Amino acid sequence: MQPTSEQRRWMYRQMVTSRHLEERIETLYMEGKTPVFNMAKGPIPGEMHLSNGQEPCAVGVCAHLNAEDVVVATHRPHHIAVAKGVDLNAMVAEIFGKATGLSGGRGGHMHLFDADVNFSCSGIIGESLGPAAGAVLSRKLQGKPGVAVAFLGEGAANQGAFHEALNLAAVWQLPVVFVIEDNAWGISVAKQASTAVPRNDLRASAYGMPGVHVADNDVDGVFAAAGQAIARAREGRGPTLIEIETSRLAGHFMGDGEDYRPEGEKEALQQRDPIPRYRQALLEAGLLDEAADTALVKEAHARVEAAIRFAQQSDFLPPEAALETVFV
Amino acid sequence: MTTTSTASGTRKLTIARAMAEATAQEMRTDPSVFVMGEDVGPLGGVFGNTRGLHEEFGPERILDTPISETAFIGAAVGAASDGMRPIVELMFVDFLGVCFDAIYNMMAKNTYFSGGKVRVPMVLMTSTGGGYSDAGQHSQCLYGTFAHLPGMKVVVPSNAYDAKGLMTAAIRDDNPVVFMYHKALQGMGWLGTEKGATVPVPEESYTVEIGRASVVREGQDLTLVSLGAGVHHCLRAAKTLADEGFDAEVVDLRSLVPLDRETVRASVAKTGRLIVVDEDYHSYGVSGEIIASVVEHDHRLKAAPARVAYPDIPIPFAPTMEQWALPNADKIVAAFHQMLSQ
Repeated sequence: MQPTSEQRRWMYRQMVTSRHLEERIETLYMEGKTPVFNMAKGPIPGEMHLSNGQEPCAVGVCAHLNAEDVVVATHRPHHIAVAKGVDLNAMVAEIFGKATGLSGGRGGHMHLFDADVNFSCSGIIGESLGPAAGAVLSRKLQGKPGVAVAFLGEGAANQGAFHEALNLAAVWQLPVVFVIEDNAWGISVAKQASTAVPRNDLRASAYGMPGVHVADNDVDGVFAAAGQAIARAREGRGPTLIEIETSRLAGHFMGDGEDYRPEGEKEALQQRDPIPRYRQALLEAGLLDEAADTALVKEAHARVEAAIRFAQQSDFLPPEAALETVFV
Repeated sequence: MTTTSTASGTRKLTIARAMAEATAQEMRTDPSVFVMGEDVGPLGGVFGNTRGLHEEFGPERILDTPISETAFIGAAVGAASDGMRPIVELMFVDFLGVCFDAIYNMMAKNTYFSGGKVRVPMVLMTSTGGGYSDAGQHSQCLYGTFAHLPGMKVVVPSNAYDAKGLMTAAIRDDNPVVFMYHKALQGMGWLGTEKGATVPVPEESYTVEIGRASVVREGQDLTLVSLGAGVHHCLRAAKTLADEGFDAEVVDLRSLVPLDRETVRASVAKTGRLIVVDEDYHSYGVSGEIIASVVEHDHRLKAAPARVAYPDIPIPFAPTMEQWALPNADKIVAAFHQMLSQ
């Protein structure tokens, strides 16, 4: 399954948008956190998990989804939220904890909920799979269309929730796709030190579903694999497990010294940054020229800057609003 | 509409039957209601509370799940967020250890983390309680554990009338509700059935308001506060005390979240004496919470409040030890005598 020219430009644009957002967050996050790093300080306090390098996973999958389809993402959710079409202003405002944020600042960057596009995420490893399966169980029971995608990291494949949900989805033949973003690191522990199989897509056979592997953080490769899996789900032929070899260009979270990485790894990953590579591919394919690229990048950056301004100019809710929305 | 426990009805039901009837009635009128859990299908639930549902509604709406609580409770959260009203069963509350993340990190928090935009209208029903030598992994109550964590309503019926009304209310609630039913009250003979739980239940649908305690016996000298099976111990104790010339009031909490502190305070303001009876562990639980709720409001008690609760030990197997540890009417009477001697 090959992406159309339009789909390829769309994926590139989403990746550029997400990357610029992450780079801006990176700078803003460090405000007030130097010279002494204190996670509670600055305009964006708390943990921050940047998704730089993992953009192909998000765009290659979400290119096949509509607003009605369900996505449940991880603690590292920004690239996926951007690609799923989460309201960027409300999302960035939520990352800043502002009143105009998706939930008025109650959730923050790990707990983004946008019901308009059926997007949610969670800070707990392995939590995406059950709700994704349940959402499409709901569609089945209601006779409504829609598939679900649960994103997870390669570390989550060692959680009980992963195995329980794969079995449940397979035994009930649910239209759900499980997408593993394999960035090779569970915080500081390398995949081969934590996982008994070299590739998690091999685990699909244990649950009688197709397992697909995408190598080298390949945008069009993700597009093809996801396209097939999502079509299969839409046709009522059950779940698929996909593992994507991706790259975490930043640390696990901001403030991570990354001393655990082998020497030269980070530089090598940066050399293989998927966004310049994809840009080059589009240029070579004649789908983009320098002028069009400049315009596209400028527009994407402007969108991000507008969202950041929106967030910065928004107020916080009064503190006592913390007491609201425990129940509806 | 809220109906009180004194409403008429001649037909008696067990709690198990009352739960199944409430579920069936809601399922007939609301296609978004469905049930999933272990052995809820043709078996009708290990504790009988889904009996007849599979026959009437079929396997599409009464789903037997794999033994995978994390997956199917997580799935219920996803389905509830997508417009359904799932009822899921955690067969024994003691099994929370294998799936608590789905319960307290998702079911209980998604509404708050979405600023109220995501509704999670699901019922988690789960059995509690011991007394039949099933030991410490199948006999706990854990009321305090669930009630402690914000974001979940928690109800604990003591009789079939309340069970039906609370179940109907729980299914209709737009928030997650944990419905904790005590095994000894279910009306399953093999679990040492408490006869007082089987009461007249109207055939028509009705709700019992979540968050409203019930004064099941009025009295002037002492307030006994309890929930679930403990209510029946209190009623027996009240009878013994009546023979001794003391008039005990018995408050059945029915809901732990929201907690009807007002009814408790009003009762203690009248009687001046408080004993809380709880089959859950003594420390950090319902009994402490009730006592704090009263004394922080500066009631002038005639005696220090007391509690009859489960000691802070894992629940032992041997009947000699388990029965010794459980709350009962004699312990309540003794606690009152102790109170008088202060």
